Amino acid sequence: MSTDARLDTSKVARTNGSTPATASKPNRAGSLANWADERLGLGTAMKKNLRKVFPDHWSFMLGEIALWSFVVLLLTGVFLTLWYNPSMGHITYEGSYDQLRGVGMSEAMASTLHLSFDVRGGLLMRQMHHWAAMIFIASMLVHLLRVYFTGAHRKPRELNWVIGCLLLLLGTLEGFTGYSLPDDLLSGTGIRAADGFLKATPVAGSYMSFFLFGGEFPGESVIPRLYIVHVLLIPGLLLGLIAAHMMLLVYHKHTQWPGPGRTEQNVVGFPMLPVYAAKAGGFFFIVFGVVAIMGGLLTINPVWKFGPYDPTKVTAGSQPDWYMGWPDGLLRIMPGWESVIFGYTISWNVMVPILIVPPLMLVILMLLPFIEGWITGDKREHHLLQRPRNAPTRTAVMVALMTFYGLAWAAGGNDIIAIKLESDINNITYFMRVAIFLGPLLAFWITRRWCISLQRHDNETLLHGYETGIIMRDPQGGYSERHAPIDGRRAYTLTARDRDHVLTAGEDTDEAGVAKPNSRTERVRAKLSAWAFGHNVQKPTAAELEAAHHHESHEAELQSGLDHPAEGRAMDDHQLRTVDEAPLRER
Amino acid sequence: MSDEHMSPHDPDAPESTPSAGALVARDGGHAAAHHADPIADPGLGEHTWRPTDVDPKAEKRAERQVAAMFALSMVCVLLFLVAYFTLDVGDDWTTFAGLGASTLALGVTLGMALLLIGLGIIHWARKLMADVEMTEMRHPAASPEEDRAGTIAALNAGLDESGIGRRPLVRNTLLGSVAFLGLPAVVLLRDLGPLPGDKLAHTIWEKGMRVVRDVVGTPIKVTDMEIGDLVNAAPEAMFPSEENGYPELHGAEEQAEKAKGAVIVVRMEPENIIPVEGREDWSIDGIICYSKICTHVGCPISLYERTTHHVLCPCHQSTFDLADGAKVVFGPAARPLPQLPLSVDDEGYLVAQDDFYEPIGASYWEREKESRQP
Ligand code: HEM
Ligand code: FES
Repeated sequence: MSTDARLDTSKVARTNGSTPATASKPNRAGSLANWADERLGLGTAMKKNLRKVFPDHWSFMLGEIALWSFVVLLLTGVFLTLWYNPSMGHITYEGSYDQLRGVGMSEAMASTLHLSFDVRGGLLMRQMHHWAAMIFIASMLVHLLRVYFTGAHRKPRELNWVIGCLLLLLGTLEGFTGYSLPDDLLSGTGIRAADGFLKATPVAGSYMSFFLFGGEFPGESVIPRLYIVHVLLIPGLLLGLIAAHMMLLVYHKHTQWPGPGRTEQNVVGFPMLPVYAAKAGGFFFIVFGVVAIMGGLLTINPVWKFGPYDPTKVTAGSQPDWYMGWPDGLLRIMPGWESVIFGYTISWNVMVPILIVPPLMLVILMLLPFIEGWITGDKREHHLLQRPRNAPTRTAVMVALMTFYGLAWAAGGNDIIAIKLESDINNITYFMRVAIFLGPLLAFWITRRWCISLQRHDNETLLHGYETGIIMRDPQGGYSERHAPIDGRRAYTLTARDRDHVLTAGEDTDEAGVAKPNSRTERVRAKLSAWAFGHNVQKPTAAELEAAHHHESHEAELQSGLDHPAEGRAMDDHQLRTVDEAPLRER
Repeated sequence: MSDEHMSPHDPDAPESTPSAGALVARDGGHAAAHHADPIADPGLGEHTWRPTDVDPKAEKRAERQVAAMFALSMVCVLLFLVAYFTLDVGDDWTTFAGLGASTLALGVTLGMALLLIGLGIIHWARKLMADVEMTEMRHPAASPEEDRAGTIAALNAGLDESGIGRRPLVRNTLLGSVAFLGLPAVVLLRDLGPLPGDKLAHTIWEKGMRVVRDVVGTPIKVTDMEIGDLVNAAPEAMFPSEENGYPELHGAEEQAEKAKGAVIVVRMEPENIIPVEGREDWSIDGIICYSKICTHVGCPISLYERTTHHVLCPCHQSTFDLADGAKVVFGPAARPLPQLPLSVDDEGYLVAQDDFYEPIGASYWEREKESRQP
């Protein structure tokens, strides 16, 4: 512009009166960000978070699968609501599926058939919705295992663990309400069992049943009520909890595996923008795509084959969705105990497997980090993950819980197992009744031993190197394998863990150095601590490493001077040491 | 873990904060119990460059691969549209491997479109975006000491000014009144359903009502039943007609009566039946009738084994011996199936002597109180 060079008008136009509104001329993204910041003021928060660092490891993807499958559920679920009709009103089906044409059924079932056969993409969306539900719950479970096995539930993340457990509970309930909606024979069977569970509740059982069903089972209210729970109530709660889960994740920053340069004070990885955002965003499309392909290729819940619900009918091999399988299994192996006290019936056979054990398991699950925190007495924050072997008792506890879950789940298919193994269902049930108690104990014991021997193996590797696979033969014909020292970075990673600290009673003192008063609980705690950590193998000390390496280089030196290979044990000092000086196993 | 005291701080850290020091200070007590690591932290290693970082050809190739995936995704969307508008749903729902051609084609094309976008983005991130690892310092989860003190002071000041501590009367009545609001919240739910009353104790069965086949509604003649037969049956009132004069049932009421009234009728050798005291005249020539609803949690029972006279519930495998008062021989159910007392009307058809004497189906708290004595 050929204006008067002495008059700088640009400043005037860009000032809002007190401060300059814009500094230099920004690029397009920048100017958009400016526009938003002047209204929302998010700049400060974004400055920290846009380049927030996320560590990378395949196992961190499990939670992402859960998150993205939830998004897929929201999208496909909204599609389904456009045709699904949550009504138990009775009509005669007149749609495309000829085997059921002319059959009476509820409007819910008829609209599900309409979705499946007369809406283009409707069956695809139904099947995607159901597959996504399975993936959602399965990935939450596996994610939970990952978190626990690696110690990511420790301070400061205990509350996020609790939120995760609630998500698992809500996801399961959401799944149950979901597969009840089509009102086919299978889902009706599930609802009737739920009615039986309600009725088994002491005192209020029959009232709860009448209130849920709006009268006697099956009534005309339960599907509309489950529907609103399914599309509004639980998704709302899930959304809120997932948001809290994510916010805490960002606040705590992600845990990371120990390794060179990775400490409790830092987090090493890729910045949120661009790499992490791209990988996570790309992963959303992958999860979505896989669900779509599954929905297109794999039939799930073919309600037209089951037919509409009829309270006098049942299909053989009735089974709930897999994630409800373990309480169902407990229900199957529970002996038929019922007591009548003062004329009132208490149905232990339903209460124990449904109303008592599953809620109890959930509470135990939620308390795990707090129990562990109490036993260790550890008040520090933990951001470095642990390998499962380095927490043998914890790993064994979870494997025991998994064994319980797995056995209960298998018991839920005792009829199928009986057919497959051509065995008597009674025997399988008796076996399960015992196994459900012994299995977890055995699993605990084996896992703990296993972890401890893996720890010992790590120490071997650190002290004497790894097994090269080179076999040496001595003149007497004895064989030994040559060991070579491991790479320094790997050695560091192996040693990057805490030494376990076994508490002794009275050790825990307050600030003034006075022993804490409730010494009885302290003694219990000391016992538990010894039981939980006393057997663990600790990493070698610097001195032990030094000695081992010195010994090895010495051996190499000796051998290099010889014109024949050293005899097997001739060069080491085993014959010079007693067991007391060098115990074969630690403690 | 790598000991708190000796962790090397990456000099290139984008952001290094003094508050990391606070973490060390606050848990110094516990950390003192730990020994130094046997091996010093070698620190982050050298960055290795990818071929795409150093070779412009590799870079160009990666760029083209990413773009190709995005382009293929668009092709899949076009194929999706073609499938949507050309393939029928409805009649041809098993065209391909038991699946509708439409569902299959839509699923695969949509899935591939999504998958290709995802793979493209990830390929882009892995090959072309900077892959230099960055280090960021953590902060303790707790707020800084002075913030905490300030917040507590503010909280106390606020509480103090409200006087909530000094005026227990106000505080307690407030708490009481808010707690009382729970009552409307609960009471408002009262109309979710009627009270059970004695509904669970009764079914539609009554003296003289015929036992009819459950789908077709035809009555059952004593002479029609062979030894070893099992018939799924229903109360005649479920099939109202002008002839039998039962009133029409609708909707919820019909479903509820159907759910409670279902029975199974079996015929066995009369001498095989182990008589139950007080029920000697409840069966006719070895024809005996039980509720079909499992006493466990209420599934309809289905599988009958004629040689043993056992019926099995498919839900949790409770097994009942119909020859022995339908008592539980296996499984989680606790009680025998309730028996319906039978007799024969003038025309030779099976009828009920009465309703069940006890509630059918799953147990509930007041069940025993609602049973009658024959
Ligand atoms: C965590 C979230 C969810 C889970 C685990 C879940 C699970 C399920 C399952 C297993 C079914 C049975 C599908 C079938 O085979 O027919 C279902 C049905 C249904 N869901 Fe969901 N769902 C979730 C979220 C949602 C949301 C957010 C909506 C809507 C806003 C929704 C709407 C529906 C509808 C309308 C049906 C009935 C459709 C039919 O069965 O044909 N769902 N859900
Ligand atoms: S409902 Fe029959 S065994 Fe459970």
